[in-house]
Amino acid sequence: MLSQTMSLLPVSHSVLAALGSSGLPKLIASSVSALHVRYQHSAISDDDELPDSRDREHKDPRLEKIEAIRQKAMLGGGEKRIQVQHKKGKLTARERLSVLLDPGSFLESGTFVEHRCRDFGMDKTSFSGDGVITGSGLIAGRPVFVYSQDFTVYGGSLSESHAAKICRLMDRAMKAGAPIIGLNDSGGARIQEGVMSLAGYTEVFQRNVDASGVVPQISCILGPCAGGAVYSPALTDFVFMVRNSSYMFLTGPDVVKSVTMEEVTQEELGGAEVHTTRSGVAQGAWDNELELLSAVRELVTYLPLNNRDKPPLYPSSDPDDRPCPTLDRIIPENAEVPYDMRDVLAEVVDDRYVFEMIPDFARNVISGFARLGGETVGVIANNPLVLAGVLDIDAAIKASRFIRFCDSFNIPLITFVDVPGFLPGTQQEHAGVIRHGAKLLYAYAEATVPKLAVITRKAYGGAYCVMSSQHLRGDVNLAWPSAEVAVMGSKGAIEVIFKGHSKESMDKEVAAYEEKFYTPLSAARHGFLDDVIAPRDTRARLIRELRLLKHKSVSRPWKKHGNIPL
Amino acid sequence: MPPAANAVDEAVCVGPAPALQSYLNIDAIIDAVKKTGARAVHPGYGFLSENAGFVDRLNEEGIIFVGPPASAIRALGDKVESKRIAKQAGLNIIPGFIGEIQDEPHALQVAAEIGYPVMIKASAGGGGKGMRIAWNESELKQEVIMAKAEAMSAFGNDTLLIEKFVEQARHIEFQVVGDHFGHMVYLPERDCSVQRRNQKVIEESPSPFISAEVRAAMGAQAVRLASAVGYNSTGTVEFVVDKHSNFYFLEMNTRLQVEHPVTEAVSGLDLVHLMLAIASNQRLDVTQERAAAINGAAVEARVYAEDPSRNFAPSPGLLKVYHEPEGPGIRVDSGVVEGSEISIYYDPMVAKVVTSGATRNQALARMESALDRFVVRGVTTNMPHVRSCIANPDFKAGHYDTSFIPKYYGGPDGLNPLAFPLTEHQQQDMFAAAVFTHVNRARRYDPKYLAGEDDVARLTLSWRDVHGNKLVPLDVVVRLAGLQMVGREGVAAGALEIQLPSRVAYVYSMRQPPGVVGKQAYNTYLRHMMVDGKPITVQVAKFIPRGVIMQYLGAQRELYIESPAAAALSQHMPAKSKASSHRVVRSPMTGTLVEVLVQHGSEVRLGDDLVVIEAMKMRNAIKADREGFVDEVFAKQGDVVSADQPLLKFW
Repeated sequence: MLSQTMSLLPVSHSVLAALGSSGLPKLIASSVSALHVRYQHSAISDDDELPDSRDREHKDPRLEKIEAIRQKAMLGGGEKRIQVQHKKGKLTARERLSVLLDPGSFLESGTFVEHRCRDFGMDKTSFSGDGVITGSGLIAGRPVFVYSQDFTVYGGSLSESHAAKICRLMDRAMKAGAPIIGLNDSGGARIQEGVMSLAGYTEVFQRNVDASGVVPQISCILGPCAGGAVYSPALTDFVFMVRNSSYMFLTGPDVVKSVTMEEVTQEELGGAEVHTTRSGVAQGAWDNELELLSAVRELVTYLPLNNRDKPPLYPSSDPDDRPCPTLDRIIPENAEVPYDMRDVLAEVVDDRYVFEMIPDFARNVISGFARLGGETVGVIANNPLVLAGVLDIDAAIKASRFIRFCDSFNIPLITFVDVPGFLPGTQQEHAGVIRHGAKLLYAYAEATVPKLAVITRKAYGGAYCVMSSQHLRGDVNLAWPSAEVAVMGSKGAIEVIFKGHSKESMDKEVAAYEEKFYTPLSAARHGFLDDVIAPRDTRARLIRELRLLKHKSVSRPWKKHGNIPL
Repeated sequence: MPPAANAVDEAVCVGPAPALQSYLNIDAIIDAVKKTGARAVHPGYGFLSENAGFVDRLNEEGIIFVGPPASAIRALGDKVESKRIAKQAGLNIIPGFIGEIQDEPHALQVAAEIGYPVMIKASAGGGGKGMRIAWNESELKQEVIMAKAEAMSAFGNDTLLIEKFVEQARHIEFQVVGDHFGHMVYLPERDCSVQRRNQKVIEESPSPFISAEVRAAMGAQAVRLASAVGYNSTGTVEFVVDKHSNFYFLEMNTRLQVEHPVTEAVSGLDLVHLMLAIASNQRLDVTQERAAAINGAAVEARVYAEDPSRNFAPSPGLLKVYHEPEGPGIRVDSGVVEGSEISIYYDPMVAKVVTSGATRNQALARMESALDRFVVRGVTTNMPHVRSCIANPDFKAGHYDTSFIPKYYGGPDGLNPLAFPLTEHQQQDMFAAAVFTHVNRARRYDPKYLAGEDDVARLTLSWRDVHGNKLVPLDVVVRLAGLQMVGREGVAAGALEIQLPSRVAYVYSMRQPPGVVGKQAYNTYLRHMMVDGKPITVQVAKFIPRGVIMQYLGAQRELYIESPAAAALSQHMPAKSKASSHRVVRSPMTGTLVEVLVQHGSEVRLGDDLVVIEAMKMRNAIKADREGFVDEVFAKQGDVVSADQPLLKFW
């Protein structure tokens, strides 16, 4: 990290100025903001009118001087470094903003901020903006606050003033009640600044926590993100990464090798693939930056601006009462045969689309955003296609974190249940499946947003209780005729109830047990299910129920905060 | 429950999915007949429909077979025998060797006598299965092996025939119907020349090629042959016709054929009804003049769950979305509904779309509309390909023969919908439709987007060709057109003026295309719109990151519509690497691995067969697309492999 940062230092102003004259106009046109609109305008009117007014504007030498600094800032670390960035398949900090935000909507602040370090020769160089661009903009017409680290300036390293810009931005976003999006591309701490840099990180962490549950926070990892730097994204709601060009780890391959003798590449240690399939650190992996940025734009359309806001309503032409005949035949006749719960979700939601979070991690549970009748919902579903849909540690963690996000931001929860129970075994038990499973229970029980659930097939044992059951104050609990609500599967149950009986009599009891519990009726008779519905009516029913819950309110006992079993 | 079983009064399960244990299991079927007290069996098109042994068993049991006598099936089912009979009956016979091929040297000798190209076919086969063409000796050697193996697995009999392969041939067939009283008629012909791998893809009636005289001559020969064998049901006499309208007898199928609805539409006769009436010993009350009368025109497109771009590999799976088109002159025969499974055990045919009209043009226009509105997702189908064939100017003009598909789709990526042809104007229509969809979506999310009268949206449309190469991006300017219309996008609907570099298009959306009667069910993938006063229907083939694959007239294009800034920056994005998976050979389809021809350390040349996968009764050789040494084989003979499953790895 040190060498990376140091090597970026010797760039003189003269180089920048020379580059500025050639490469500047194009860059401004493509990436810059409302502040520059008037220049474009004056360029258009060059030939025809108002020479006086133009002259007047340009005659103010104070403004000219300021604009010259601003224009230099547009180039970040200079053309050469921009080329290096491009060669790596990466965009510059400003280019990213131009793609992420609605055209012309970016309002920059802090353009003139510079670092204050006087050690190690740092006093000889300085870049306006100090390696991070901060400001606000619009995504589909709705406001967001963004910071974008500039790898071409000191490797995007975090200095005291760099951190202060981010903190200021976060403070403004909290006051304004708008999402915070971080575009991270940083070599790490500005080592020359020592503890100032560490202090800066920590100030950011504190604000991440303060903002948690107040405004949505989205982190995009678009380059290295190592050491302490990883903890800011880790504290945010969503982390998106780019395959093969972004990495997150606490200690890099060199240190890993010297300590544990393991040989590992950056990608293998902390690439997008690892974090979206094995560690669960990131929620999305994309093939390139444009795909990622387009996904962030999409994600924002599902979210409210803050915790007092409702998610936006985007009605589609997909009829609310569209029947789903496919669902009538989707449950295989043989209970041992799996089916893909994604197919169920596609039938139910608007335009068959679920924007899945972290789809390739703990695939036995699905979590994602969708719309029902135009309204954003958070979907959680067991997927019988993977491990028969069993709950395990990773699934519990994945689902509970998603549920808590939705609950924080007024997004109703729709749960599809087909779960045979928790995964048995020493591996799970010793790794604390009790503790982690409790998170899911806690998250459902704690959530006060509308909670709707549909049992499609199995709902066994503790897993039944956990999965948005009515006992956890589920608002609407529905089941398909194929639902089986029981403490356990028939064979196991009979072996316990009729221990020591002959095999024939047990077989008979199995049939009786299946008759009694392999149906939703037993639970429905107790009132634990609000209704048993034809699968084809699922969409229409959920939308109607959801509308009824529009003004749901729950008052909870006063507390500082709960103590979720972490 | 399959839909067919729901449609009948009584359904009986005849056994497990593999056909040998159920639909080909004669005992099981006889059991079902007895259980239900049925008096007759209609055998359908496949399975036991041309099995004389089955007819014998039914006769022994006193059960009526709805079809011809066993003797006729035997005589005509054997291609050698049928040729002898046909020759005796005075039919034109194709130059060839009458008799079975003993072995490879014999095949080479016979082929040398007839002259290349020659066609090799299974003597027990039908429907194009086991038919192969060889243009020279080395191809013949190879094809004989494949044909023998395929014939054995499909029919349990590996005897082969060889005959001259007629180039620029049209495949024209005549439906005949006869009763038990010696009355025999022919119906209007079907032109089945649009074929792939010798399997019919599009059939129409009447043929746009033959004259009334030729038709009458062919029909008369067909009747002569059927009468010669005492035929007393529906059957089809197939001919091959060369460019001078010389016709030769090919074979007779002693069953109802898949494409019979085409003839029903044109003749107005219900063939299944006639079969049942004849089987119950009624007289065929149709004169030859009435039977041969042509009322309008009809065309059939077969919809298969297969991927033409992967050499027509079967694509089994769940029909996640399945919307059949409806409308006047449109008939869709299928045995599936949304949510049905296309299994690996049977032929991959999903549906038959049959359209008819007063003229050929009307029938074709209805076919275009029907295929445009037929949405299937979950399995890959040949529908884009069929739709593209229908749009082909030569097809529209009736100028085609059996080389039609190789001719227009024979290039390296010719069968990939991304490479299907569109005229410049058609492509612009598609682009305008895509931009319209994109802008409407943006307006849905942001009510202020393009809301003002002076607002314009500047966009860049870029697309990739079939090789993934980026083509020159287009600048697009969009503004609201003065006219506001109500459309399917609901709140954000309105006509847009879409300025492409070479054209300005006015576009608005429609709930359904004009002329389509009745409320059309909503479908996420279907868009109807009016582009410059012309109604078009496009489908979203697939949503991809940042973009969309649009489908119009069967052709697909991978499109990216984004801000000019984003489009300009896309040049910096790294190319997607395919290298990592290239060393791994994956199964193109779900099926059974019937042969593994390489092992660890095998040296492989380009084009060598690696493994053979059998799926839906087809043997598919997986060929090496690179040279090198095999490192590891992941599957063994007899394994059932799924699509995309790794089979082996190169060093």
